[in-house]
Amino acid sequence: MQFGIFTVGDVTPDPTTGRAPTEAERLKSMIAIALKAEEVGLDVFAQGQHHNPPFVVSSPTTTLGYIAAKTEKIVLSTSTTLITTTDPVKIAEDFATLQHVADGRVDLMMGRGNTGPVYPWFGKDIRDGIPLAVENYQLLRRLWREDVVDWEGQFRTPLQGFTSTPRPLDGVPPFVWHGSIRSPQIAEQAAYYGDGFFHNHIFWPPEHTQRMVEFYRRRFEHYGHGSADQAIVGLGGQVFMRKNSQDAVREFRPYFDAAPVYGGGPSLEEFSTQTPLTVGSPEQVIERTLGFRDYVGDYQRQLFLVDHAGLPLKTVLEQLDILGEEVVPVLRREFAALKPAHVPDAPTHASLVAAAGGAKDVTVHAPADDVTGRTAEVAQA
Amino acid sequence: MTTRTIAVVSAGLGNPSSTRLLADRLTAATVEALRARGDDATVEVVELRGHARDLADNLTSGFANESLQASIDTVVGADAVIAVTPVFSASYSGLFKTFFDVIDKDALIGTPVLLGATAGTARHSLVVEFAMRPLFAYLRAVPVPTGVFAASEDWAGGGSTALAGRVDRAAGELADVLVGRAAGRPAATRPADPFADPTTSFEELLKGR
Repeated sequence: MQFGIFTVGDVTPDPTTGRAPTEAERLKSMIAIALKAEEVGLDVFAQGQHHNPPFVVSSPTTTLGYIAAKTEKIVLSTSTTLITTTDPVKIAEDFATLQHVADGRVDLMMGRGNTGPVYPWFGKDIRDGIPLAVENYQLLRRLWREDVVDWEGQFRTPLQGFTSTPRPLDGVPPFVWHGSIRSPQIAEQAAYYGDGFFHNHIFWPPEHTQRMVEFYRRRFEHYGHGSADQAIVGLGGQVFMRKNSQDAVREFRPYFDAAPVYGGGPSLEEFSTQTPLTVGSPEQVIERTLGFRDYVGDYQRQLFLVDHAGLPLKTVLEQLDILGEEVVPVLRREFAALKPAHVPDAPTHASLVAAAGGAKDVTVHAPADDVTGRTAEVAQA
Repeated sequence: MTTRTIAVVSAGLGNPSSTRLLADRLTAATVEALRARGDDATVEVVELRGHARDLADNLTSGFANESLQASIDTVVGADAVIAVTPVFSASYSGLFKTFFDVIDKDALIGTPVLLGATAGTARHSLVVEFAMRPLFAYLRAVPVPTGVFAASEDWAGGGSTALAGRVDRAAGELADVLVGRAAGRPAATRPADPFADPTTSFEELLKGR
């Protein structure tokens, strides 16, 4: 089982001081948090993508590439990559590049996660959210798997003899998760390809998560990728911990009360009962997290949200220490003891390469015609 | 004999509440009208006053808490709905509207509804027609032709006979819609289960890509 953190990259004033970090500070904080995540032994760092204030995460592979250079083990992922409004050609290129510079420590989570106003900035319409996710992802897969692509679709200009470069590292594209809170079509998409399905899991009652995961598992089996309990499931979660649970509640409450995603609605106590939000001691977080398995089954990846709502960097780093020292080691042990042998681990670059029969270089050595890419096709034929 | 479930939604705020009083009258008359036609009825009342905070929370959090969800399930699962609101600022109350705002817009398709409203003055008497009926038309529910409006004077003696007559007429209309229907929602009007296995294959969605 993989454990990690996911960030949305919000620039939010600290409600206890009123001070907001600058964009530069926030980006550097995210990097510090990622490095700390590796240091404390977490497996995954995932960052979101947004194109509007108060976020600073419009260019995920830039930060992830920097983090890749500063780390050795941690898997770099996204939460999520906007498959609706980002050109699939650009995603194919950006993440293949990241694969090379990160020695394969890369996977992706696809999501629609855009609000209405964002779509037109990229020439799209939010009503096409699902069709965009379906068409763009299918193209992305082909760009990673076929050297030369002829393609025509509804939402972007056609491609003739197009070669996306660089080709995926070792001939193996990054593993893909599909993230969705409540669209069965996206769970269906994940199942159809045998990809992973990630449920954000936070802000909503567990029943929503359970229904989506059940549906994904059933459809994964339907498409012949394995039995339902072998499907690749990831979950989010949000935690705030102190040694004593009262201290955790006292310290987190002002952040909870002011955060746009919570503020003005149910109280911290109500929200903690109704959703997986856990504010308390490390023991409480362990117990709650182990309980996720009761309604989604054995799953492969658990990501925690720990750095939003204006929490200062120092506090977030303390949270990572607690996760790394007290929480994750216990969760690792307990989850591993419960997991039946036939349930697979989350795919990694190494496991995917092994499954593909070993690494192979797929560099396209075409004579120089960098205008059309046609020559790659000729070279192949 | 078929047993019909009737959900009563009352947005009254006081206790006692004239809105609840009207809702109870409409309910009793409907149960009686059903019995006269050979059907039985079970009644479940949803007092929105008790859900005021739940509804506000639902607006900000995006989901209903357990208590509110139970009431939503009651209303969505009923064979018929009796919906009664006080008139605030020339329309249904915000509490009443919020309840129907947080219900899925397809959840009441085809559900027969009896509409009622209460106000301090008879000058609001067309609120049922001008405000409530369009709301339920949007929801594609089936409001019966007679809406029942009760102003203060209706409770005060002289008008009460007239009120009783309207209540009986509306209840009879609701019973007429229900009788002859199979129990439960007609399949054609039930919203599709989003978690049912898809009828369109994913290959179909990908055609031409």
